[in-house]
Amino acid sequence: MDATGLELVAQRVRDGVGDDSVVSTSFFRRQATLEVAPASVRDVLEHMRDRDEEPWEFLSSLHGCDYLPDEPRLGIHYQLLSMERLDRINVKTRVGVEEPVVPSVMDLYPTANHQEREVYDMFGVVFEGHPDMRRILMPEDYEGHPQRRDFPIGGEPVLFTYNEKKLPNWYG
Amino acid sequence: MADVKGASYRERERSITIDTAGDEPIIGTDVATGADLEPEHELMTINLGPHHPATHGVLRLLTTIEGETVTDIKPIIGYVHTGIEKSCEDQQYWKAITFVERMDYLSYYFNAAAFCMAVETLLEEEVPTRAQYLRVIHMELNRIASHLFWIATAALDIGAVTMLWWGCRDRDMVLDLFEMSSGQRLHTRYFQVGGVFEDIPPGFERKTREFIEAMPARLDQYSALLDRNEIWLRRNKGTGIVPVEQLLELGVTGPLLRAAGNPWDLRKAMPYSCYEDFDFRIPVGTVGDNYDRYRVRLAEVRESLKIVEQALDGLPEGPWITSNRKVALPPRHELATSMEALIHHFKLVTEGFRVPPGEAYVPIESPRGELGAHVVSDGGTRPFRAHFRDPSFTNLQATSVMSEGGMVADVIVAIASIDPVMGGVDR
Repeated sequence: MDATGLELVAQRVRDGVGDDSVVSTSFFRRQATLEVAPASVRDVLEHMRDRDEEPWEFLSSLHGCDYLPDEPRLGIHYQLLSMERLDRINVKTRVGVEEPVVPSVMDLYPTANHQEREVYDMFGVVFEGHPDMRRILMPEDYEGHPQRRDFPIGGEPVLFTYNEKKLPNWYG
Repeated sequence: MADVKGASYRERERSITIDTAGDEPIIGTDVATGADLEPEHELMTINLGPHHPATHGVLRLLTTIEGETVTDIKPIIGYVHTGIEKSCEDQQYWKAITFVERMDYLSYYFNAAAFCMAVETLLEEEVPTRAQYLRVIHMELNRIASHLFWIATAALDIGAVTMLWWGCRDRDMVLDLFEMSSGQRLHTRYFQVGGVFEDIPPGFERKTREFIEAMPARLDQYSALLDRNEIWLRRNKGTGIVPVEQLLELGVTGPLLRAAGNPWDLRKAMPYSCYEDFDFRIPVGTVGDNYDRYRVRLAEVRESLKIVEQALDGLPEGPWITSNRKVALPPRHELATSMEALIHHFKLVTEGFRVPPGEAYVPIESPRGELGAHVVSDGGTRPFRAHFRDPSFTNLQATSVMSEGGMVADVIVAIASIDPVMGGVDR
C-alpha cells in the first residue's frame, strides 16, 4: 500500500458508502490510515470486506486510544489485513466522550467480539449491536474506564491482614 | 450505556449461566417396551477454573453440559489483568520494554521485539544487520522454548507426565542460553530500541550449536513417546476440528491456523528483521484437529532450529546496536573520555529519548500467532499509548467452537491446543 493506493481506497469508499463517510487519510511511516465517520464505520468495513475490488477479509486487531486533549477524544482502530495481497490498512474512527457510541462490526468480523468488549471496558465506547456488551478484563462492578488518559495511574492498595480494616468497602 | 449497567451483577451472571437446550426435548424409546423415555432435558452449568491446572493459568470456563456433552462454553478472563498497557504510559520507552515482556510470559522476546520495532518505526531508526540476526536467534530460541513448554503441559493435561519432565528439561537448555547472553533466564530485556543490549558472549555460539545438535534426537524421543501412543492419539485425533474459514473469521492465527491448512506465517508473508535471508519451511496440517496442532508445533521447532543454525552461520560482523546516540546509550568506555558521550548518557538515563508524534502498528509472528504492537507517541519520552494485540486473547475466542458439541474431556485438550498464556490474554 502506498499513498496513492490509499487515496484510491478512500475514493472507492466515498463512492460506495457516501461522501461524508471518509474524514481524512494519512500515510505515515509507510502505514496507511483511513479515518472514517463513526456512524458509518460498519458500512465502510462492510464495503471494504465485501464490495471493494480489493477486499480486506481479515480483521487482525481492533483497539482503542484516548487522544486527550484532542477532540474528539476516543479513537477506535480497525487493523485490516489482506492475506492475498499481503497488505494492511488501518481504519480509524474518532468519537467524543459525551456520546461514545459506534456500531458493532461483530457480525462482519466475529473476532471483534472480545476486542470490542475490551475497548468498552478500557475506554467506555459502547458498540451498538454487540450482543454481550459487558466488561471483560476489569471486575464487573468496577467504576470508570482505566485506559482513558484522565484516569489516574496509581496503585490500588494491596490487601493484607494489617490493613484490611482500614481499606474502604471491604471489611465490615 | 445505562442499559448495560442497569442489571445487577447477579442478574447478569445468571443470564449468561442459565440457558435452555432448545425447545424440543430429546426423547428416546425403550427398546424392550416401546414406551417413550423421560425427556433428558437437564442442563448443568459448571465452572472450570479459574484455579485449575488444566486451564494454563487463571482462565474460567463457564461450561454448560448436558450429560457428558458440552452445549455451551464461555471463557471468562481478566483474573491476571495487571494494567500493563496503562503502566507503560508512565514509563520511558526504554523502561517500558521491561513491562511489555511480562505480558506473554512464555514469549517475552517477541513482546519486546514487537514493541521495539514499533518504536523504531516511529523513530525511523535503522537497526544494524548483526542486531537483526541476534534478534532472530533469540526469537527462534524463544519459539522453541515456548513450543517445548506447550508440548510439556499439553501432554500433562491428558496424563503424560513423562512429557512434562522431558519438555521442561530441554527448555532448560534454551534458558541456559538466555542466561549466557543476557544474564536472565526469563524476562531478559535483551532487545533494545535500535538493536540488542549486548553482543553475545564468547562460547554462546558453541553452546547454541551443541543445543541445535542435541535437539533433533530429543524431538525424535517425543515422537517415539507420543506419535504411536494409544491414549494420545485417541484424545487428540479428530477432536477440536474447526474449519479454516471459521478460524479466519475468529481472527485465529499461528499454529492453530496452520494446522487447519492455511500456511499464513508473517515471517514468510511479510518478512521483518531479516527473516527473508533464511531458508525455512512453514509446516501445515491437513485436518486441523488437535493432533495436527501438535505435529505442526513439533515441526516448527525443527524449522526454528534450522533458522538459528543459519543465523549463526551467517552472523555478520558489526555493531549490535544503532550508533545513534540520541536513542542508544554510548559505550561505557567513552564516558571517561568524551564529554558528549557523558551528556548523552545522562540525558538518556534521566529523561529518555523523544519519539516523533504519530502512531504505528507492527505485527510479528509469535509462537501463538500474530502479535501486534500499536504504539502512539505524542512527541514525548513516554508512550502515549501502547496496545498489544495478543494472539492468545484472540485465539481464545475459538474455545467455544472447538468444544461445543464435544465431550467434557475434550475441552481440556482443546484449551491445551489453543496454547493460551493468560498473562498475554489479560495483560
